[in-house]
Amino acid sequence: MWLSPSESEALTLSLSVATRSVVVSLPLAILFAWILTRRQFPGRTLLDAVVHLPLVLPPVAVGYALLVLFGTRGLIGAWLERALGVELIFNRNGAALATAVMSFPLMVRAIRISLENIDRGLEDAARTLGAGRFDRFATVTLPLMLPGVLAGAITAFSAALGEFGAVITFVSNIPGETRTLPLALYSALQVPDGESAAARLALLSVVLGLGGLLVAEWFARRVRRMLGR
Amino acid sequence: MLQVAVSKQLDSFNLHVSFDLPTPGVVALFGPSGCGKSTTVNIIAGLTQPDAGRVMLDDGVLLDTQRHINIAAERRRIGYVFQDARLFPHLKVTANLQYGEKRAAGRRYVSFDDVVDLLELESLLQRRTHQLSGGERQRVAIGRALLSQPQLLLLDEPLASLDQERSEEVLPYLETLRDQLAIPMVYVSHQFDEVLRLATHIVLMQSGTVAAQGSIGEISLDRRLRSLIAADAVGAVIDGMVLGDDAASGMTRVRVGSGELQVPASGLKPGTAMRIQLLARDIIVSTRLPEHLSVRNNLEGTITAIADDEAHSDLVSIDIGGTEIMARVTKAATRELKLVPGLPAWALVKSVSLRPISALYPDG
Repeated sequence: MWLSPSESEALTLSLSVATRSVVVSLPLAILFAWILTRRQFPGRTLLDAVVHLPLVLPPVAVGYALLVLFGTRGLIGAWLERALGVELIFNRNGAALATAVMSFPLMVRAIRISLENIDRGLEDAARTLGAGRFDRFATVTLPLMLPGVLAGAITAFSAALGEFGAVITFVSNIPGETRTLPLALYSALQVPDGESAAARLALLSVVLGLGGLLVAEWFARRVRRMLGR
Repeated sequence: MLQVAVSKQLDSFNLHVSFDLPTPGVVALFGPSGCGKSTTVNIIAGLTQPDAGRVMLDDGVLLDTQRHINIAAERRRIGYVFQDARLFPHLKVTANLQYGEKRAAGRRYVSFDDVVDLLELESLLQRRTHQLSGGERQRVAIGRALLSQPQLLLLDEPLASLDQERSEEVLPYLETLRDQLAIPMVYVSHQFDEVLRLATHIVLMQSGTVAAQGSIGEISLDRRLRSLIAADAVGAVIDGMVLGDDAASGMTRVRVGSGELQVPASGLKPGTAMRIQLLARDIIVSTRLPEHLSVRNNLEGTITAIADDEAHSDLVSIDIGGTEIMARVTKAATRELKLVPGLPAWALVKSVSLRPISALYPDG
């Protein structure tokens, strides 16, 4: 193996955190994209702004907000611990939550664009063929927005791999639990003669990112071919 | 019987439409673009909500705003063929066809294999929708709608995006549906030729209202139709009855009114209904029994009306025994022949100028 134990630990942790983050946020992102595209209601603009907030806030501020809300004495955190026994602070699930919140707007945006491009006439056609609301969504709308869903998931996954500020603020920098690649890279730079370790981690990030982009392109091509575009 | 009586406030005008269609039958909504035809079919389908009104099909109420009945589009059992086909791009042709079949409710009257045969789709089944030509797309769209086993089929200008040649690829299939499946259809079009071939009834629409409605024969004589079609297309449309082949001429003898026409066609069973268009511009009027002419057809009748046509011509209506036809003559001829209502007259038609539109309901 080319990687040291601590490097492979950071790598697997990063992948695990990013996967959890995408899996949990994807259904929600689809729901929010759908609501923001298809529903007209008072407060829509406000909801839109709230969804996009992590894009414009300093990540540290997001981490701090999570600390306040999901900390052991936080409004939601206390309830989660009491009702479900779920603890988010200082563990990888917390890291996944932080990255999910940070990458959520990217995911929603990508899905929304593909949803806006769907010809509503196709849904009308499905209606006249006897498909009810959920049936239509599952068999026409969702398959047609697949390119956007995939693009959103892959972008969010890549962003999740690189999230730093919100993670370190919310769940700290614990080796093996919350020290993902960027955190490991940061830690390496904090110690004397950690430069070569940092360079290796940076290179690893490049390889990972490049691989992600290539996989994304390959997926996108397959889906486009399937849809005949 | 399909009964429609609905109104809706639109941006540019008030839509106020009411018509009845005996079923089975094909009613054409005919009128200029933007007169509310598509909105009307969308209301029938349940895709657009009217402000008020009723839609009834046979004994079922699909919509009644007074009684607060409004069956959802997906439960109306109404097939819809859109102008742009709207095939699902993520599904192959087979899956597109099966989409409606899987969700069909009620009596199944047509099977997958029937539809594939009827519309000749066999060679297209494995294709993706973007590999189809315009005409093929519409055939698949028609098949998909049929397989949902609809009680009524709506077609919104299904041929409008196709050129003449491609339209010819689709029209015969629509005739087959009408004649073999006897499925009631509402056909939206602004092409009078399509209407002539398919419809049994016409609803003439103009800026949101029904200008006139009736059978093809009645409407073909209606002056309100004349503003919607070319002057050369004006003329009576008659559903005549085939009497048999004429051995000497090789043409088909067709009874119209109390007279008889020789029509360039052959091999049709006696008793078949044949729709013929007698264009006003092709008919010559004589006040005496004509002799020594090459014209094969002369129909005896009585002039019933003379109407202003264009600057130099009149339209003369002649009753040929319960059926009316129209001839376009110059105003000078009207004066010289002293044409007036009540005068006996002969209408001369060259066989070669006759347009047999189609044999209707060959089995019924």
